[in-house]
Amino acid sequence: MADVKYTKDHEVVKIDGDIVSIGISEYAQDALGDLVFVELPDVGRTLDKKEDFAVVESVKTAAEVYTPVAGEVVEVNEALNDNLDLIKESIESGWIAKIKVNDADALAELMDEAAYKDYLSSL
Amino acid sequence: MDSTVEKVDFTHMNEGEHAIGPQRGLNYETKLLWEYERTDDPAVDFEEPSSFRNRTGLDERKELGLPQVKEPTVVRHFVRLSTKNYGIDNGFFPLGSCTMKHNPRLNEKMARLAGFAHVHPEQPVETVQGALELMYDLQHTLGELTGLPAVSLAPAAGAHGELAGMMVIKRAHELAGNTHKTVVLCPDSAHGTNPATAVTCGYTVRTIDTKGTGRLTVEAFKEALGDGKDVAGMMVTNPNTCGLFETEILEIANMLHEAGGYFYCDGANFNALVGNIRPGDFGVDVMHLNLHKTFSTPHGGGGPGSGPICVTSDLAQFLPVPHVKKTQHGTYDLERERDHSLGRMKGFHGQFGMHVRALTYILSHGADGLKQASQDAVLSANYIMAKLKNHYHVPFEGPCMHECLLTDKKQKEQGVSTLDIAKGLVEYGIHPMTVYFPLTVQGAMLIEPTETEPKQEVDRFIAIMTRFAKQTEIGDTEIFHDYPLSTPRRRLDEVKAARQPKLKYSAAEQDE
Repeated sequence: MADVKYTKDHEVVKIDGDIVSIGISEYAQDALGDLVFVELPDVGRTLDKKEDFAVVESVKTAAEVYTPVAGEVVEVNEALNDNLDLIKESIESGWIAKIKVNDADALAELMDEAAYKDYLSSL
Repeated sequence: MDSTVEKVDFTHMNEGEHAIGPQRGLNYETKLLWEYERTDDPAVDFEEPSSFRNRTGLDERKELGLPQVKEPTVVRHFVRLSTKNYGIDNGFFPLGSCTMKHNPRLNEKMARLAGFAHVHPEQPVETVQGALELMYDLQHTLGELTGLPAVSLAPAAGAHGELAGMMVIKRAHELAGNTHKTVVLCPDSAHGTNPATAVTCGYTVRTIDTKGTGRLTVEAFKEALGDGKDVAGMMVTNPNTCGLFETEILEIANMLHEAGGYFYCDGANFNALVGNIRPGDFGVDVMHLNLHKTFSTPHGGGGPGSGPICVTSDLAQFLPVPHVKKTQHGTYDLERERDHSLGRMKGFHGQFGMHVRALTYILSHGADGLKQASQDAVLSANYIMAKLKNHYHVPFEGPCMHECLLTDKKQKEQGVSTLDIAKGLVEYGIHPMTVYFPLTVQGAMLIEPTETEPKQEVDRFIAIMTRFAKQTEIGDTEIFHDYPLSTPRRRLDEVKAARQPKLKYSAAEQDE
């Protein structure tokens, strides 16, 4: 089973070998409110660690989505253009982009679910 | 009857062929001009040109589909629309960071004086000496108030002023050969226009973290600055968007200057400071002012804005033209060119009508009056904070400056959100505060009463907000999701509007 991790900026990261799928956590979705638009990155774009690669816009605000690891965008979730509610479902269907990771060590800094829950309760 | 005419039936309440409509007293249901029946006998007749020959090579459109109604219908249409507006002249408008204050009618009287209202910008300067003197005096006064002596009145509004200001900074770096300076620092609580302006000028934005403190700290600034080699400048609003004065700003400004960066101050919140402290004294190099906020000229839909910029004397050479100068004979003239100037950024001489209103405001208040206005604005916001702090979560301890920040943290637990509270205020006839901004604070409610709101109105607002909190506390929350109840339209589906916007009127879609 794939490994699911979290960032302090509330991204969800599903790790599958050297490919990570990045989405946004339930907490982030709740904070943003109903989403109205997502701006997907171009496939092939190379990203630095902590670079923003997508924008999610809600009725309240717009927020950037960051990658916790450097790498290359290998796939984007075009299905979101037709149905933003997929983001609510799970990382399986609501991922925003898949990134081929350059430096797998950076993944070790991410939080697992228990650690993320602790982090949320500290906010 | 064609399909357009049938659309008059939009009210779904018909008696015979006449739409009666759900009017509530004198609260008129307003159609679009297109929805009125076209008359063959409109208010204005244009004669068909007899010798008209189409030389464009394009097909003539026979029917433009424009509305065609009689004059009384047009007049009623626009008068009714005008009554649907809600502004500072209707009631309380505590929109944070917008400084919706009363516009003294004296300003209007002065702006209507023939010597100001009826002059033409192309008139010879000898015939408009009074108008030029007014602009000169305003330049000088804004320089005095900000401590930044070189002033350009050219920019048309706040964002335009920001652009002009950042272009001045960029021009200064270019002239100094600082091509390696490509980064502008902005706090994460900044107004959206700040990073947008920096990016428009070709800079990359690096964010200064203020989460948790609500204020800039030397520590967070140092982290964003790094070695400072690539930093061209910093854009900061002071007081910031949390309504707090940046207490460490002097030290931060010094460090920025040491790294060779310029300090841009967003003047949106200058209403809290006028006459009390001068931004030039806390290290600001460039600042824009919103005459339509701080100096009480009309705001929003009420009139054009005006966003003068004030800079240090070192940067004066880069300011846009034209600039009003005093000659050695004591007359006034327009300086139309200047070495290193950005050039012209606006047609003619800026928003002259706003210059008249702003100078009227400044002179009629005097130094002591301006100082008191700012102090009263701060007092008013702190009064609201003190009265509501037991009912609403206060993310950053006061005292605040001219606006106070609350959140829906307590109410959210009962299922009532900031949006629900804002819609509730609409029901009570008050324009909502700024909601969900700054972005760094969840469920933010940013309340700016200004110095011109009478105490009884502020007290009424406090009473309503207190009632909302108490209602929520006892679980009487159902009604919040239905607010507003008595407005011409109830709560609109913002999500659908954003996901499937209709940007063009279409009669066929009106019933969807």
